[in-house]
Amino acid sequence: MTMEQIIPPILNLKILFPELLITVTALVILLYDLILSKDKKTTLACLGLLGLAVSLVYSIIMWKTGVSTYAFNHMIVVDKFTLLFNSLFIVASFITILISINYIKEEGVNYGEYYTLVLLSTVGMMLMAKANDLMIVFLGLETLSISIYVLVGFLRTNVRSNESSLKYFLLGAFSSAFLLYGIALIYGATGTTRLPDIARFIENTPSLLSNPLLLAAVGLLLVGFGFKIALVPFHMWTPDVYEGAPTSITAFMSVGVKAAAFSAFLRVFLTSFSTLRAEWAMILWILSVLTMSLGNLVALVQENIKRMLAYSSIAHAGYILVAVTAGGDLAITSIIYYLMSYTLMNLGAFTVVILYGKRGEENIHLSDYSGAGFKYPFLSAAMAVFMFSLAGIPPLAGFIGKFYIFSAAVKQGFIWLTIISVLNSLVAVYYYLRVTVIMYMKEPIKDVGELSFSIPIVIALLITTFFTLHMGILPSDYLNIAKQSIAMLLL
Amino acid sequence: MTILGFDILSVITFLPLLGILLILGIHKEKHTIIKGITFLTALVNFLISLMLYRDFDSTTHEFQFTTNVPWIRESGINYHIGIDGISLFLILLATFLTVISVIACWNDVKEKVKGFMICLLFLELGMIGVFVSLDLFLFYVFWEVMLIPMYLLIGVWGSPARRIYAAVKFFIYTMFGSLLMLVAILVLYFYHYSVTGIYTFDLEKLYQLSIPAGMQTWLFLAFALAFAIKVPMFPFHTWLPDAHTEAPTVGSVLLAAVLLKMGTYGFLRFNLPLFPEATLQFVPLISILAIIGIIYGAMVCIVQKDLKRLIAFSSVSHLGFVMLGIFALNIQGLEGGILQMLNHGFSTGALFLLVGMIYERRHTRMIEEFGGLSKVMPIYATFFMIVMLSSIGLPGLNGFVGEFLILLGTFKSHMVYAVLAALGVILAAVYMLWMFQRVMFGEVTKDENKKLNDLSLREIIVLLPLIFFIIQIGVYPKPFLSRMDASVKHLISQVELKTWKRNTTEESLVHLADFDGVSQGE
Repeated sequence: MTMEQIIPPILNLKILFPELLITVTALVILLYDLILSKDKKTTLACLGLLGLAVSLVYSIIMWKTGVSTYAFNHMIVVDKFTLLFNSLFIVASFITILISINYIKEEGVNYGEYYTLVLLSTVGMMLMAKANDLMIVFLGLETLSISIYVLVGFLRTNVRSNESSLKYFLLGAFSSAFLLYGIALIYGATGTTRLPDIARFIENTPSLLSNPLLLAAVGLLLVGFGFKIALVPFHMWTPDVYEGAPTSITAFMSVGVKAAAFSAFLRVFLTSFSTLRAEWAMILWILSVLTMSLGNLVALVQENIKRMLAYSSIAHAGYILVAVTAGGDLAITSIIYYLMSYTLMNLGAFTVVILYGKRGEENIHLSDYSGAGFKYPFLSAAMAVFMFSLAGIPPLAGFIGKFYIFSAAVKQGFIWLTIISVLNSLVAVYYYLRVTVIMYMKEPIKDVGELSFSIPIVIALLITTFFTLHMGILPSDYLNIAKQSIAMLLL
Repeated sequence: MTILGFDILSVITFLPLLGILLILGIHKEKHTIIKGITFLTALVNFLISLMLYRDFDSTTHEFQFTTNVPWIRESGINYHIGIDGISLFLILLATFLTVISVIACWNDVKEKVKGFMICLLFLELGMIGVFVSLDLFLFYVFWEVMLIPMYLLIGVWGSPARRIYAAVKFFIYTMFGSLLMLVAILVLYFYHYSVTGIYTFDLEKLYQLSIPAGMQTWLFLAFALAFAIKVPMFPFHTWLPDAHTEAPTVGSVLLAAVLLKMGTYGFLRFNLPLFPEATLQFVPLISILAIIGIIYGAMVCIVQKDLKRLIAFSSVSHLGFVMLGIFALNIQGLEGGILQMLNHGFSTGALFLLVGMIYERRHTRMIEEFGGLSKVMPIYATFFMIVMLSSIGLPGLNGFVGEFLILLGTFKSHMVYAVLAALGVILAAVYMLWMFQRVMFGEVTKDENKKLNDLSLREIIVLLPLIFFIIQIGVYPKPFLSRMDASVKHLISQVELKTWKRNTTEESLVHLADFDGVSQGE
């Protein structure tokens, strides 16, 4: 290893190409928007998709060549782990744009800023994953959050959308403060915000209890991340915000923001605080049980499908936390696989919600889906696939994800935690099944009218369905990718 | 053995998928073509599965027609399939009854035909998959996959009143057991790794593991719960009457004839050989639950007003016999148990079909709505009688052979259990004969019943093959038993009756030979 240099700082801009490209695309969209007539905004979406596609290809090439390097004077790290997460965010963002094109048009908010904000929040996510320093984590988080605050309130004439934006902003700002306070205390305790240096310092700390400053710092960081991931008891905002936000943004938040927060959470806790894992794992054990159970139990009684998916996303964070609690390489592999599969199947479910919901969320209640099964056979079959996959029924992606998470927990001897998790997935089966019950077994109660199957949304539906099936039936490649991605992380 | 380059078992398992893909391409209003494709797929699959019967080597207990290729290599998950004397007949039963089901529902299903046929073929895929899997992960996948079509069959095409309740109850109940089994599978997997350093779900490798007794107990319980719910054993049977009553006729047929057997098959394939010590330890518990099931099921049958519910509860009783036979842990008990699994498939399958036929005509299944049917529908009454007698266990028909072997086996291991279980045979005669009397004999009291048509040719075609097997097994069960022998003996040696040497396999063989003589003499 070379000594850390102070002058000149290694910028290494090349490895930040994906982020830079997306940022530039976002800015170009912002400017181009000014000279574009109102009915041609789809061009902007195409521009955004192009930018994302190029950075995806670039990220994949970097992943393949196995670059593992630092930039900005070790503030930023690029390895397979970060590149994989980056690709995941780009895919999530790509699909989000696909499902947004028609949606924002119908909702009458067809503004170019929408795409700019989606892209900028993607950059924020990517920075969070690439952070090698708590400051970058914070920077990424804020870039991400501020864009999302605006996006949540994007339906500016809609009271619910405004309400949820304000709610998310107030609570989000509060939680950012927690995170920042935690970072400050970490600096106070260890004298650095650089993750590897923190790890080196903590190696000599026998226990959290022996260093109250550190204890408080870890606690505050946990609260900060817990808020973004929507862990119980920091989940209160989730259902309201998810319900009020534009559906496309709800979809994006439920997968992208969550995955981004998890990527940073994993890196911070598994690299910096890894020697103290016995202590924080105990807290996570409790949090994961609470998160799963509350998410699933409350989802049971939801009548609004967006709210139901909001609670289900809380529960899924709980499952992932099971693997974090368990620890070990299998656990991290399983988390990565789970996030990949969850991203695709959940985006798929939201795609159906958008398509079926129509303008102004006309059909957003579960009962609106009654009789859809035989009226729209392919759309409903896709929804059934997503629901069964979210419920963890083989041979779909969600099952493999759950299977590996449970494997990881059993491997580390967390038998009771596994049993609680499987019982939770049993509860979850009920409400996912309910969607299929309503679609296939109930008579239609109202005329939903014609659905507009626009090309982008159909593409999104096909992509998500394909991967939900493919990742379930032939998971080997994906698992391999996940496995290779963590090889560096655990060194 | 291969067909067009694919091994025969994979062909049998995945041929229904081909049928599904063909059906997907056809317009939903073209009912006849859809039904035709389903029928052809099922028929071809049955014919191919007969080749298994023909080429089956009954001298070995080894798995046959095996294929073993990696599926998820990193985790030691293989696509490992194969059959032995235990699963052979269950596969034949599944393919056979699928054909019967397609003919049986030809006119019954009028709405959403396309979906129905897809579900039927999907169900066949799942059923066969469960019986051929020799990899625990693969098994679990099929085990769960098969829930979806059955759930849809009950929930979409079931009787209007409570179909959704029944479908969801079926799903959740089964899922509850299987999820705990999944945890047990994982524990087993990691235990195998900790002992041998190899990650594998391969059943044959897991068989070689010797698991500490305490761990066996827990694993046994977790597996047993999943299977006991499926069987269903008392007290986990409450989903069954609902599912059966609400399911469409062929749903009930396949549910009773094949799906329930997955539970008993699970005990044979997993619990006994994987956890032998725990098996011995749990013999009393399982046997007593089985006996409670036999007697309780029979008693509940007596008071049923609904024909279909009656038959559903009779399954609880019959499957109790199967479980008792399996946990006798000797060759008669086990072979009787396996044979009874087939018998129950034929008899109860036929009974559900018969009830379905009368329901088609009268749109009721209440016993009190009938009476004197034998005068109006003599052919129907004749078929019904044969099947009913087989279900009771009349000598000369299949039920007798199975129950006799089970009782013989149980008598040898625990006399008291056999005596108690024999009560069930008597009660079976009570509820079946009484039901038959009320439905078939006496005056025709209801006007609606006076003009009922007797069975059509199609319905006779549906029933005849079942009647054939009912008599064939009753008179000459040897072709069935002889193919089970090697596998059952091996199973017993796997269980390795350590502390319990009263039954040696040689001694059992003598009895079996005697018994063959007796049954052929009739």
